[in-house]
Amino acid sequence: MASITFREVEGSSLKYWMLFGGIGLFVLFGFLSYLYMHHHGHVVTGMDNQIVWGLPHVFAVFLIVAASGALNVASIASVFNKPMYKPLAPLSAILALALMLGGLLVLVLDLGRSDRLIVAMTHFNFKSMFTWNVFLYSGFFALVGIYLWTMLDRNVKAYSKAAGTAAFIWRLTLTTGTGSLFGFLVARELYGTSMLAPMFIIMSFAYGLAIYLMVLAAAYAWTGRPLGDAVMMRLKSLLAVFVAAVLYFVVVYHLTNLYFAKMGSVESFILRDGGIITTLFWVGQIVIGCVVPLVILLSGLGRQRSWIMIACALVILGGIAQMYVTIIGAQAYPLDMFPGMTMKSSFYDGVIHTYSPTMAELFLGLGGVAIALLVTTFAVKVLRLLPANLDDATVAKLEH
Amino acid sequence: MSDMKSMSDKTPNSPERRRFISAATVAAGVTLVPGVMLIEVAHGRPEDQAASSAVRWGMLVDATKCASGCDECVSACSTENGWTPVAESQHKKQAPQWIRKLELQDPLTQMETNLPMLCQHCAEPPCVDVCPTGASFKRADGIVLVNRHTCIGCRYCMMACPYKARSLVHEPLNDTQKPDVPRGIGCVEACTFCVQKVDRGDGTTACVEACTASGHNALVFGDMNDPESEISKRLRELPTKQVRADLNLNLGVRYHGI
Repeated sequence: MASITFREVEGSSLKYWMLFGGIGLFVLFGFLSYLYMHHHGHVVTGMDNQIVWGLPHVFAVFLIVAASGALNVASIASVFNKPMYKPLAPLSAILALALMLGGLLVLVLDLGRSDRLIVAMTHFNFKSMFTWNVFLYSGFFALVGIYLWTMLDRNVKAYSKAAGTAAFIWRLTLTTGTGSLFGFLVARELYGTSMLAPMFIIMSFAYGLAIYLMVLAAAYAWTGRPLGDAVMMRLKSLLAVFVAAVLYFVVVYHLTNLYFAKMGSVESFILRDGGIITTLFWVGQIVIGCVVPLVILLSGLGRQRSWIMIACALVILGGIAQMYVTIIGAQAYPLDMFPGMTMKSSFYDGVIHTYSPTMAELFLGLGGVAIALLVTTFAVKVLRLLPANLDDATVAKLEH
Repeated sequence: MSDMKSMSDKTPNSPERRRFISAATVAAGVTLVPGVMLIEVAHGRPEDQAASSAVRWGMLVDATKCASGCDECVSACSTENGWTPVAESQHKKQAPQWIRKLELQDPLTQMETNLPMLCQHCAEPPCVDVCPTGASFKRADGIVLVNRHTCIGCRYCMMACPYKARSLVHEPLNDTQKPDVPRGIGCVEACTFCVQKVDRGDGTTACVEACTASGHNALVFGDMNDPESEISKRLRELPTKQVRADLNLNLGVRYHGI
């Protein structure tokens, strides 16, 4: 098998520092938003006692789900022994770590008492899915970190497959845990199903790969390194399979719900009467997030690099819409404490809850995305993560 | 037939015999073990003595007596526990409400029902299950509370509660706080069954006192484990339901007339 040369991105050009500074600005905005929210309390957000998890959770959960998905390319290389994916693996691992960091930061900075983070790390209730997630996140950093080390250091290269396999199993468990944050909730109609765990796993495959593809293409285009079509075509076909699988899960989930009379009214809320939630479901999650990308990726358009990028961007936007529908939509529908009765109270019982996120929440969420991108941008400068050349001839040699 | 009935009454498992044995057991317990006398547990509790599982605090809500438009229980709770009444709050959707009046209507029959909704003090509380730090906890005597010092404000318990009983304190608190009811910005809170009153030995809650004072008598509070308590007697007589009984959470609040 031909060897491949990994090289740092030089990162001394004005363009690099402008990119770095631009992303850094969003990190700063995110931090300022946090300070503002922390100082005044959640009263300055659109969240209330009805919509208790808002836009920051949408971004946080999206990033955490995408993080485990971004590791997929590395897993294909080491767990499933596909030599073509080997040169793509280090970027996959660093992106996974960066996205996880971004997501977790948003999650903890949105806590009512983020200053008590130490309490969350010293007091555990092992019946809580959240507690399990704390361990799953920490373990993810450790295992993916070790895996990355085995890829970068020749002395420990022999352990790469073992580390990669452990990281792969861990990431599946982690996303099971993320889906189960909602799946283990008995109170709300749209949660409380084991369907959410595998659905989150397949969504992570799609979102993570879409982000990976965009970062890969951008890194190669902006550094002038050759990136052949062989890599792009292989990965875009994989993305099409993942997006189709997401669509399948979403259809089965809603069809099953629709079959039960007790779920009729919450399903009509999401699918027909929910206003912005319904729009985000059909236009955002289904059309933008699944149908259009599938048409692009499976048609002739999918042979053009720019169209693949558009498809990736749409999958990401659709993913954020999906998280919004999953997290906000389920809370917007009132709790059905007395089935068949109408309810009225000073606490907004029996009415659809509205939610208007504030700029602080938006920028806190975007701050998480920016952290992920900043870490990745810096990492490719200081570590040998990217192959110097990924043109078709170089990649073809790997397979023989 | 009558022979069979009289025979069954004399069998070792007859209800009469069971009642006698349980009454005798309780009497013996009360008499023989002065240190843990149930009556004493129900009346005040020294600070160094842990809550006892011999007691299970509970509430009976008689919705047939709960008056439309009356919110004496809500005002009393707000005064006792120091949370701002929602009408006075500048941010109504974000204002904590430990107890609220629900107006229900059957769209088919038009029948209306009024009732207070509050923390149901489940025996199997989902909020306690999901709390990552263990800040949400259930005392041995069945009262579900939030530890103000270990709550990190993640709101997972609010996602998990089927009764929407919990509120997050969204803004800095004013000076209406009560010395024996600790609250704090960024923490989640809910009805405590007036734990400060219970531990003082009042044997009742502010909402129940207010409902009784207003003459509606729709609320009864007491030890559901004590067969002689008023709540136990009433629960034996009245048909009651648990809200979302399908969840099998074994609630500390039972409703009649829903």
